[in-house]
Amino acid sequence: MKEALVLVQRISAHPDSRCWFVSWSPNGALLASCGGDKAIRIWGREGDFWICKTVLQDGHQRTVRKVAWSPCGNYLASASFDATTCIWKKKNDDFESLTVLEGHENEVKCVAWAPSGNLLATCSRDKSVWVWEVDEDEEYECVTVLNSHTQDVKHVAWHPTKELLASASYDNNICVYKEEDDDWECQATLQGHTSTVWSLCFDATGERMASSSDDRTVKIWKEFPSESGPGNLSWKCVCTLSGYHGRTVYDVAWCPLTGALATASGDDAVRVFKEDAAASPDECVFSLVAQATKAHSQDVNCVSWNPKEAGLLASCSDNGEIVIWRFKED
Amino acid sequence: MEIVSSLVSSVVTTVFQLSRLGRNGMRVRTMDEKALDVYDVIRSIRDPEKPNTLEELDVVTEECVELKELSEDEYLIIIKFSPTVPHCSLATLIGLCIQVKLQRCLPFKHKLEIYISEGTHSIEEDINKQINDKERIAAAMENPNLREIVEQCVAEPDD
Repeated sequence: MKEALVLVQRISAHPDSRCWFVSWSPNGALLASCGGDKAIRIWGREGDFWICKTVLQDGHQRTVRKVAWSPCGNYLASASFDATTCIWKKKNDDFESLTVLEGHENEVKCVAWAPSGNLLATCSRDKSVWVWEVDEDEEYECVTVLNSHTQDVKHVAWHPTKELLASASYDNNICVYKEEDDDWECQATLQGHTSTVWSLCFDATGERMASSSDDRTVKIWKEFPSESGPGNLSWKCVCTLSGYHGRTVYDVAWCPLTGALATASGDDAVRVFKEDAAASPDECVFSLVAQATKAHSQDVNCVSWNPKEAGLLASCSDNGEIVIWRFKED
Repeated sequence: MEIVSSLVSSVVTTVFQLSRLGRNGMRVRTMDEKALDVYDVIRSIRDPEKPNTLEELDVVTEECVELKELSEDEYLIIIKFSPTVPHCSLATLIGLCIQVKLQRCLPFKHKLEIYISEGTHSIEEDINKQINDKERIAAAMENPNLREIVEQCVAEPDD
């Protein structure tokens, strides 16, 4: 392989607890992490090193499971096992708690901002997906509660350009939602994984989705025009990556700059896949081009590509560490 | 001299191998012994409802622990336990106790899978899925009531 995954820095980010998630700010300058210590940490670069700039400690009573930056970079949302979602506003190097979104019956597993910055989605073990609208006065209001899943919803992700939402669940399915006549509804249910779907993401154009599962595979889904008319979506699985991951694949991330696909697995490894020149437009082939088999000493929970610096990848683990990688392509 | 020294060296190597001494002379534990180490941790877990240990109630036995080598220093531990009562939440609770105690007490690097042994429960697949979902386990342990029960079950007698 001429590609390689090179370690840039290993950080003991959340000592004595799990680091569950990492997320780069839209301008690529900051990295937010969160974990079992109920804290959120913001990391920034000083010279060649990433250092901790801020610690947000008192926002939640339990594990902070995921964090998400607003598209403008001025807000951070955090989803917690305490059943709330906190919205933080950036003020210079610090963040202040703006509001707390309540409503879910139990643990909030994910939060994600729509590309417009006006909508927010959250999902929970209570099996529902909530869509929230935010106005110019920074007021948040729930506009819909979607109950398409029959079990714990693990992840939600927005299409990069359209107001289209996808969710991944413990019920092994993926649901895709769209707003139709002022009403949000489930447009499609993607079946195929044989166990919990832990994560999903869209590619740069939104034409394809990648999902990762406890069944140890990653699936690529593509949108096809439906026979039932224009504007209706039909998603089909066009590729399954199996045999690469020894245990659950907890996260998958599609780089918007290079098209590379990174995965985080319970076998302690971080892997990068790239697409081969397509055999046919309806089927795609991905090859493993780089891997760090002992990326961490425990499960890798998350991988995230820097949106501005091609090849810069962050991962985090049950051992509380974050690792910054450089994916090199010659 | 060379023949003698090479003979001595091969005898020494064999002696080392027979006594299962590693290169640094430390006694290397076999897979069977490691499995026993695992069993030693879980046998004394108390049943959430009865004043007995899981071993006393035959919920776990020596044979219920299986070990597979994943790499040079990491093992996959597979445990199949048989809950006494066909009660869903109790079975999940026992699974939770086994997870928590092993996470805390095992000295060697491991990955863990816990299952209800087949035929002991009607919705075993549902329970197995829950017990092996680490996010669910983590959230459950942040519930103070559930945590209290688990702590009581996994506490050592001299704690």
